[in-house]
Amino acid sequence: MTAETSGTPAVGGKSLGAHIGGHLRENGMLMALVAIVAFFTVVVRVADNVDFLSAQNITNLFLQNSYVIIMALGMLLVIVAGHIDLSVGSVVGLTGSIAAVLTVKLGWPALAVVPTVLLTGLLFGAAQGYWVAFWRVPSFIVTLSGMLVFRGLTRWILNGQNIGPFPKSFQSLSTGFIPDAFGINQPNITAIVLVALSAALMVWLGWRARARGAEFGIVQEPLGVFWARSLIISAAVIFVGYKLASFRGLPNVLIILAVLTSVFVFFTENMTPGRRIYALGGNEKAAKLSGIKTNWLVFFTFCNMGVLAALAGMIVAARLNSATPGAGTGFELDVIAAVFIGGASMSGGVGKILGAVVGALILGVMNNGMSIMGIGIDYQQVIKGLVLLLAVIFDVYNKSR
Amino acid sequence: MVFRGERMTTLLEMRGISKVFPGVRALDNVNLTVEAGEIHAICGENGAGKSTLMKVLSGVYPHGSYEGEIVYDGATLACRNIRDSEEKGIIIIHQELALVPLLSIAENLFLGNEIAKGGVINWPEAYQKTEALLKKVGLSEPPATKVEKLGVGKQQLIEIAKALAKDVRLLILDEPTAALQENDSQKLLDLMLELQNQGVTQIIISHKLNEISRVADRITIIRDGGTVSTLKASEISEERIIRDMVGRDMAHRYPERVPKIGEVLLEVRDWNVWHPEQKQRQMIKGAAFNVRRGEIVGIAGLMGAGRTELAMSIFGHSYGRDVSGSVTIGGKPADTSTVARAIDAGLAYVTEDRKSLGLILEEPIVRNITLANLFGVSKNGVLNHHREQKVAEDYRRALAIRTPSVFQKAVNLSGGNQQKVVLSKWLFADPQVLILDEPTRGIDVGAKFEIYGIMNDLAAQGRGVVMISSEMPELLGMCDRIYVMNEGRIVGELSKAEASQEKIMALILKGSEVKVEQGMVA
Repeated sequence: MTAETSGTPAVGGKSLGAHIGGHLRENGMLMALVAIVAFFTVVVRVADNVDFLSAQNITNLFLQNSYVIIMALGMLLVIVAGHIDLSVGSVVGLTGSIAAVLTVKLGWPALAVVPTVLLTGLLFGAAQGYWVAFWRVPSFIVTLSGMLVFRGLTRWILNGQNIGPFPKSFQSLSTGFIPDAFGINQPNITAIVLVALSAALMVWLGWRARARGAEFGIVQEPLGVFWARSLIISAAVIFVGYKLASFRGLPNVLIILAVLTSVFVFFTENMTPGRRIYALGGNEKAAKLSGIKTNWLVFFTFCNMGVLAALAGMIVAARLNSATPGAGTGFELDVIAAVFIGGASMSGGVGKILGAVVGALILGVMNNGMSIMGIGIDYQQVIKGLVLLLAVIFDVYNKSR
Repeated sequence: MVFRGERMTTLLEMRGISKVFPGVRALDNVNLTVEAGEIHAICGENGAGKSTLMKVLSGVYPHGSYEGEIVYDGATLACRNIRDSEEKGIIIIHQELALVPLLSIAENLFLGNEIAKGGVINWPEAYQKTEALLKKVGLSEPPATKVEKLGVGKQQLIEIAKALAKDVRLLILDEPTAALQENDSQKLLDLMLELQNQGVTQIIISHKLNEISRVADRITIIRDGGTVSTLKASEISEERIIRDMVGRDMAHRYPERVPKIGEVLLEVRDWNVWHPEQKQRQMIKGAAFNVRRGEIVGIAGLMGAGRTELAMSIFGHSYGRDVSGSVTIGGKPADTSTVARAIDAGLAYVTEDRKSLGLILEEPIVRNITLANLFGVSKNGVLNHHREQKVAEDYRRALAIRTPSVFQKAVNLSGGNQQKVVLSKWLFADPQVLILDEPTRGIDVGAKFEIYGIMNDLAAQGRGVVMISSEMPELLGMCDRIYVMNEGRIVGELSKAEASQEKIMALILKGSEVKVEQGMVA
């Protein structure tokens, strides 16, 4: 027995049960999301006779929560690098108001406004990241001051008033849908085709990774598990896609979300800078002594956060159809909560993009479900707070076992 | 130690202790008997189960989570936690010291055990008792001194004083001298003998055989989670201990090697480094040295001589400020001003502090191994996970890293295996010159031998190897040439033929008295 542990390991000989057990924990939050959705589907149906999974509600879910998900992508990197960004809510407000001034007051076209505002977001991120990365000022303090400064600038730009409404072209950023290229529209064939293609793409990518692993002589998860998982995920994606198609088609925001999420998953898992951010969050000194330019990577995570916050700021402004001085207030807390619910570690080095997305969806589904049930904002906040605590306790408990 | 023959009552008996972790039987029917008043040494390779056994004893693993029975002082011991065992006078001092650096000696001594009434601390009494306890361990520092101001050696003594404050009957020291200087170690060992005279029974876990034979009355050797033998210290030789520990004869402690030394590979000239905070303080003063192809070069010196500072400042200016001097590698001037450039120039540095500077502990082995050379497993910035895994598997096999999988987190490995992971990382970076800083610190005899073998292989491949070590026998056994450092200078250079412990010490002492010019040849 003891001799075995020091000898050659049985990497491939993992039993099916052990494999599923090992990944159950990893996917705990995903299962929590499924459970929460199932819960609301039943409760809302019984209590209010409303279809929680109706096309309209699914569309709403994405429209309402897109900004949290988008910022959670950037916040995950910041938190994995061992930092925090408290300023994102204020950046949302400030970039939204800049977009409003450019569009409404100056009459810029949306095509010029969007890149300009993204660039200003980059500057806001860089202005904070500079102090954190190169001067080693604690990020909590830098971004706390950023939170105040950017909120103040928002009020100054807007002069305490709302600016709006936006022209249709800008609004489409948030409320637009992909038109049906096939001209049928009920259901939206473009949506169905796109969703089916992306589901097929996911399965194919998974299959290719398997095949290449086998080429290198690396034993993979059991084939049955692979197909079962692929089937479940594809079914869920196609179901959501079909529902959306039967309503108004794919929201533009959903496309942005899907593309960004894919890009960030790829970045964190398959690219060297992504890997290095995890290393620096795990042990900055060791990373530095391995030749990694840790300060530039930290700087990058804040720049990236600024760009995503600016994108979120425009989406929020487009959705409300006006820039308001209070826009984005408290968003930073939702975003940070989403990242931690998704399994990131406060001390850095741990966390996954998909985890953060799931965390944001859990919060979003709960908001949506509780609102349908008519639960007051007071109780909603209590419940959300407890969910955050519970999720982190779950993580800590798992680790201590 | 006259009383030894007189009262030979058994203080502790651990019978048939087995402890199973998921997938691993860490302890398998271990027996240990400790007589009252003796110093009992426990030897074994890393991962043999010594620490697990001590955790069973001290209640870290509560009663019921292991099999077997512990009889202590005539009664069955069933600790639920460390507090239980401490109440019985069993106190363990871990390798990593558990002192709070920003608190005073007195505050540390009574931490969790404060002299207080109703939560109000009686400071005068605490200070008085602190002074008495410090005297017992041979210290004369004021009780209000902050612990961070003390060296590691003195901190170790504070730990012992802390144990004494709790009325210790059985003191367990886990590798107490691992981080200590020679003279501090001697002081500690003297103190152990002194405590023995006062009737404190002690268990010492150590890799250092000369220390064990100095203080221990009996030795228990553990291998692969089981007891191999318990022997009287006076009756056995170091060879016997080593054989029992590794389960094979080790005729030579250093693997055979026929050096094939070529032209100069690394040349460092006029190297000067200042302290990162104290601007006036020069840490490295005009150091110059070279390494040839196929050569293993040692750097000897006391702690604080500037060896680590020299190595780290060369490796990407990772230490100090205003670093100046020239580095040539393979005849060409090399830019080593950042770590990335130093790596590109063909340098690698294996740190002495693998936990805080060498490894990402929470990341798997595979990611640690490729970290310094991600280009080797990626294309246009895109990682090839399969290649990466293959690389890690190759190093696992080549260096015999003992782990169930390369996806195991580095934190779960034993010291020797962690060191092999760090080595793998730097081997994968394919350096021309590898600087190893205390490469065998805190790892067991078997793993040491393996690491020596790896160093020899590197030299045989025509690379240059620099070995910094505080263990002189290791330097003498491994190196073709030894530089001696003292107070930031290189005070001498000895060839393998002329080097001896006495000559090294003589150079160190001479260097600090007359400040010999650097670069002199003995």
